[in-house]
Amino acid sequence: MILGKVKGTIVSTEKNIDIDGARFLLVDKCNSKGETKSDFVVALDLVGAGNDELVMISQSTSARETPMTKNKPIDAVIVGIIDVIDEYDEVVYRK
Amino acid sequence: MILAKVVGTVVATQKELKMEGIKLLLLEKIDPVTIKGKNDFIVSLDTVGAGLGEIVFYASGSGARQTSVTQGVPTDASIVAIVDSIEKDGVFTFQKK
Repeated sequence: MILGKVKGTIVSTEKNIDIDGARFLLVDKCNSKGETKSDFVVALDLVGAGNDELVMISQSTSARETPMTKNKPIDAVIVGIIDVIDEYDEVVYRK
Repeated sequence: MILAKVVGTVVATQKELKMEGIKLLLLEKIDPVTIKGKNDFIVSLDTVGAGLGEIVFYASGSGARQTSVTQGVPTDASIVAIVDSIEKDGVFTFQKK
């Protein structure tokens, strides 16, 4: 999984993804401290992430290992909202 | 999925048989804040009927083959949605006219 920070939402009516209540979020990839890289990805939200929250994203085939995304053209899914990151016994990020 | 702008079409007469009849589009990846192109291009199959100048997002890798149009087609990029609006930090950076 990669770390990212939720930065916004993407709305689309014409799409080839038929998932009820699907919500697409604009996520900026970031490091362990939550510092963003200006490298954006559109990810399907399954956990109800909000703006500026640090999340983890499953990419590629793994993104389709959930009941909602099985056999759907999805390559990035938010699978968790990060509470704490600990690096070398030091808390570098806390929600 | 990655945000991109449709900047053109790609025509190929000699191609893999399974790819016949599917539209190929030229996409340029964009910055979601400025909506400007990053000079990074990709050829993608169109599954939603996207047109020139539209902002879309595409699925890459094996995810590109999970639509009804692209099942079993040797593609690694498929447009899966046309974007209506992009909101970043509470501000709309893009809204479809």
